[in-house]
Amino acid sequence: MIRINCPWCGERNMVEFTYGGDANNVYPGLSEETSEKQYFEYTYLRDNPCGPHLEYWHHVNGCRQWIKVKRDTLTHEVIATVPADKPVGEKE
Amino acid sequence: MSRYSALEVLKGGLTGQKHWQRAWRDPEPKQEYDAIIIGGGGHGLATAYYLAKLHGMSRIAVCEKGYLGGGNVGRNTTIVRSNYMLEDNAHFYEHGMKLWEELSQDINFNVMFSQRGIINLAHSDAQMDAFARRGNAMRLNGIDAELLTRDQVKEHLPMLDYSGKARFPVYGGLQQPRGGTARHDAVAWGYARAADMLGVDILQNCEVTGFDIHDGKVQGIQTTRGAIKSGKVGIAVAGNTSRVCALAGLNRLPIESHKLQAMVSEPLKPFIDTVCTFGAGHFYVSQSDKGGLVFGGDLDGYNSYAQRGNLPMVAHVLQCGMALMPAIGRIRLLRHWAGVMDMSMDGSPIISTTPVKGLYLNGGWCYGGFKATPASGWCFAHTVAQDRPHRLNEAFTLDRFERGYLIDEKGVGPIPALH
Repeated sequence: MIRINCPWCGERNMVEFTYGGDANNVYPGLSEETSEKQYFEYTYLRDNPCGPHLEYWHHVNGCRQWIKVKRDTLTHEVIATVPADKPVGEKE
Repeated sequence: MSRYSALEVLKGGLTGQKHWQRAWRDPEPKQEYDAIIIGGGGHGLATAYYLAKLHGMSRIAVCEKGYLGGGNVGRNTTIVRSNYMLEDNAHFYEHGMKLWEELSQDINFNVMFSQRGIINLAHSDAQMDAFARRGNAMRLNGIDAELLTRDQVKEHLPMLDYSGKARFPVYGGLQQPRGGTARHDAVAWGYARAADMLGVDILQNCEVTGFDIHDGKVQGIQTTRGAIKSGKVGIAVAGNTSRVCALAGLNRLPIESHKLQAMVSEPLKPFIDTVCTFGAGHFYVSQSDKGGLVFGGDLDGYNSYAQRGNLPMVAHVLQCGMALMPAIGRIRLLRHWAGVMDMSMDGSPIISTTPVKGLYLNGGWCYGGFKATPASGWCFAHTVAQDRPHRLNEAFTLDRFERGYLIDEKGVGPIPALH
């Protein structure tokens, strides 16, 4: 069972959350300089690491806030959690 | 090595059945091969077999990091079907179904293929309409499909909840009578033995640690058992696709690795003689020849390389099961486990050439890999041998996402956890 430390609510069971995917994936924006290739990469390509992974979770059955979680995809250990708009650490 | 036959068993009866030899060799890696397949699961072994049998290649190696068949080929729910609606999927999986029907004879190994049929249940009028559409598409593509009424479903599946209290009443179902199950381990062992008899070297405990690529062309691989040269390397590593491809410089693929759980009950007397899928939640069931009910559900829903599951999904699957067939309430689960699925961005597989010359990719199987084993190996062997896809897999390219030619059977978009 994964327990996620919500920055607002404290440690909660994973069933209160839904998964929001890879948090390294940044929307390329709507400016005219944005190329099709950028949209393609944003929409379809993933690092898919085996190990620490930065991802969004939504505390949908709790405070309904989006949070950013650093979690190991092999061991399921939750390494860090922060509000979705904050950086997790010095490196992202 | 001798062929398996009833006569061999009878002859062995006179000598205490002591004449059986090991089913495949344990060779040392050679310095060079005509082709190397990475991944000793069902798809890799099938690919090696068809390369040797149909494409006249004799020097072939299969590199497996662990033991043969220890990955998803031994972790699935053994279901075989070809009830797909989209043209590209339909022809590919139906070709696979035809290979399944001949497989035990072809590889001289009883894979216990049982065409007990598969019934997808519908729980609303809209779902019946959708099934009628899918069934019609299947029949136009030459695949068997029957739309069943509620009463017809009741004849096949009397143990479902048909009372007025059912949370999701059964409206009917779509049946593929030729679908069924096969013994998953036997598929791995059978392909391994058949490939070995054609001279394929199966190298276990041989993990790939790097690729030798010069001028955009593959020259060989580095492994934990030394360097091996080859101008053709095929990757068939399911959930580890992103990791192995990254070693070859193919970073960022249209794939996420997720885990899918399955579970099996204690052995029961015959209870259900077909494969049945719940149409209103994540639950499907069949009964193994040993008597255990084999349950499957949905992905846990988050990226994972762990070959074990979390309990919330077990509870969810069994709640669905209880809603559909309350009779299972008193039986106990024996085991549950998980496999790592290479979820592609459109839910369909990739059997393709890559930007690296001589490097080929077989992946993105989502959770449909087992039934595809023969067709996947057959098509991948063609792709590796001819350096171009067969007509059956020409749509399953790696670059289809960039070109916009997605094959999205469920129509849910680029969210791997939903396929």
